[in-house]
Amino acid sequence: MNVLEQEFDLVVIGGGTAGPMAAVKAKERNPKLRVLLVDKANVKRSGAISMGMDGLNNAVIPGHATPEQYVKEITVANDGIVDQEALMAYATRSAAMIDELDRWGVKFEKDETGDYAVRKVHHLGTYVLPMPEGHHMKRVLYRQLKRARVDITNRLVVTRVLTGPDGSVAAVMGFDCRTAELVLIRTRAAVLCTGAAGRIGLPASGYLMGTYENPTNCGDGHSMAFHAGADLSNLECFQINPLIKDYNGPACAYVTGPLGGYTANGKGERFIESDYWSGQMMLEFYNELQSGNGPVFLKVNHLAEETIAQIETILHSNERPSRGRFHERRGTDYRHSMIEMHISEIGFCSGHSASGIRINARGETSVRGLYAAGDCASVPHNYMLGAFVYGKLCGEHAAEYCEGKDFVPHAPEAAQAEAQRILGPLGRSEGLTPQQVEYKTRRLVNDYLQPPKITRKYEIALQRFEEIREDLQQLAAPGPHELMRAMEAHAILDCAEMAARASLFRTESRWGLYHHCVDHPQRDDENWFCHTALRRGADGSMQLRKLAVEPYVVAVDESEKAAYHRLRVARVAETV
Amino acid sequence: MTIALSPTQVPVRVNEEKCIADKGCTVCVDVCPLDVLAIDLVKGSAFMKYDECWYCLPCEQDCPTQAIEVDIPYLLR
Ligand SMILES: Cc1cc2nc3c(=O)[nH]c(=O)nc-3n(C[C@H](O)[C@H](O)[C@H](O)COP(=O)(O)OP(=O)(O)OC[C@H]3O[C@@H](n4cnc5c(N)ncnc54)[C@H](O)[C@@H]3O)c2cc1C
Ligand code: SF4
Ligand code: SF4
Repeated sequence: MNVLEQEFDLVVIGGGTAGPMAAVKAKERNPKLRVLLVDKANVKRSGAISMGMDGLNNAVIPGHATPEQYVKEITVANDGIVDQEALMAYATRSAAMIDELDRWGVKFEKDETGDYAVRKVHHLGTYVLPMPEGHHMKRVLYRQLKRARVDITNRLVVTRVLTGPDGSVAAVMGFDCRTAELVLIRTRAAVLCTGAAGRIGLPASGYLMGTYENPTNCGDGHSMAFHAGADLSNLECFQINPLIKDYNGPACAYVTGPLGGYTANGKGERFIESDYWSGQMMLEFYNELQSGNGPVFLKVNHLAEETIAQIETILHSNERPSRGRFHERRGTDYRHSMIEMHISEIGFCSGHSASGIRINARGETSVRGLYAAGDCASVPHNYMLGAFVYGKLCGEHAAEYCEGKDFVPHAPEAAQAEAQRILGPLGRSEGLTPQQVEYKTRRLVNDYLQPPKITRKYEIALQRFEEIREDLQQLAAPGPHELMRAMEAHAILDCAEMAARASLFRTESRWGLYHHCVDHPQRDDENWFCHTALRRGADGSMQLRKLAVEPYVVAVDESEKAAYHRLRVARVAETV
Repeated sequence: MTIALSPTQVPVRVNEEKCIADKGCTVCVDVCPLDVLAIDLVKGSAFMKYDECWYCLPCEQDCPTQAIEVDIPYLLR
């Protein structure tokens, strides 16, 4: 068996948003460190920000918001289940990160005085900083990677993190998606920056890659963390987003909200007070769809021509620029029609919700030498700026860790087993195609796991997933590209099973639609005011346990706690 | 043999007149996050090899000769 062996001090897995920042900051901390950034795509155009971004969703800038306010807002939006210290670590570094990105050449909207033009979208505070010219994010990051002399390997799909006898990180393994060459990289530490698990559910269109998330992000990192023995937390707090129907991208209320746009029902009426994405907001959205008042729309057709032109320029050139083409083909003009919206497929994403690989305020997972940042980690509502801040924290702390840490050997049998797992599909000329196995897994996720969650349906899902687990042994891949899809099918199934088991464990309802359980309709603070953690047991099975919520650093009083439960617009009684 | 090919219309169209893959260009293939584009060595131009597109547009944007046009995949239109 041919395996390309390499050695680096630190390997950063995923070069989208958090990854490049982690690599650059590790090098800045210690320029002698041999840092490798790997991506299954090409870091020049990879990840959620491949075409830039419309704005920062959670900027904490002095004069507009304080870290305490922000920590409070996210605590409330997340029904109290947060590690406030980790939120605070983000909030206190947010402004400095914006300044640094500004110096690097990222363009943020500013007012006449040169101050950042922050807007209100959240229920309570003011945190949205538009980036109408935000399309060049990746170029800015790439320049910094070159300047810091970070080594880069593109088109390398990482599939496992191997640990040593002491349980700490020893090596990472994967393969080249152009040549199928196996690669084993010995390393002192690793940072997972693999983004959301965006391919667990199937979009309503049925198009496999028509997901909200960049489909390269299919939960590889979540699966790797699980197999390395790390904790993943609150996986039952799904990501579900309100999106343009069929197109499945943001509509986007964060851009249009501050300009006067809003989410409306079929009658064109506003039904939620805040368009900030939270579980409660999604539940109101879902209820409106079910109530007969749907469909739900984004309404901007009442705005002035200049405003609409401004919205078009932002939405059709940035982030998801094919939005314009989608509308044009259907004859949807923002001036005349409302934009039909729908609920997205489920996923894991701390960027938007709260599920992911459990980390603390230093970016450390529960496996020594393994760090995680961005959408794959567990800091709630972290979005793009959170990915940058935690990328930086992980890079710096991992660099420090590497200085006092020797290489440890990995178990040769583990490497051998992984090599065989990867090569399996290539060796088969007969069998199931990756696309079939992936489609079936994701279709079952929609059938059985999409909230409202029903215990019996979840139990059936687990049975069916077990059958598919056997099918994985029959995957056949004619070439390296299909091999990538085959290994992704493994990760997707792992994530689907984790989503089911975590949801069954928490026998209450919480986070609005994200964990809306029909058999346990009430929130139960007495028994469930806690995180859940999932990790691999000695027999390889998924084990769940409760973890206490860390002591708050910012007090939240009773009246504030309910703020996100009062999202529905109070209606004046209709006269007969 | 039990594996069949199912034809599908892909969303990416490459203008073979404009494409300069025959001069060594591989920009679109390099940038595509999903790695679904390839070069047809006989024709000397790029094409979409797998119907797995996020309609994200780096290929179109970065092509030096504006040879690429990305449409919304049929199932979503
Ligand atoms: C459509 C959309 C719109 C958004 N809009 C906004 C917004 O307006 N404002 C805002 O603040 N946030 C927004 N977000 C959220 C924000 O973009 C993300 O939170 C952030 O970019 C996540 O960064 P990340 O590094 O975790 O993931 P990414 O930037 O997605 O990077 C993950 C990387 O990992 C790589 N990878 C995955 N698996 C592997 C593997 N096995 N081996 C090697 N590499 C791998 C991928 O190729 C990718 O490059 C939006 C997200 C989306 C999807
Ligand atoms: S639109 Fe995106 S996914 Fe589709 S071919 Fe172009 S770069 Fe690849
Ligand atoms: S980038 Fe344009 S010119 Fe270059 S290979 Fe692709 S289509 Fe052809």
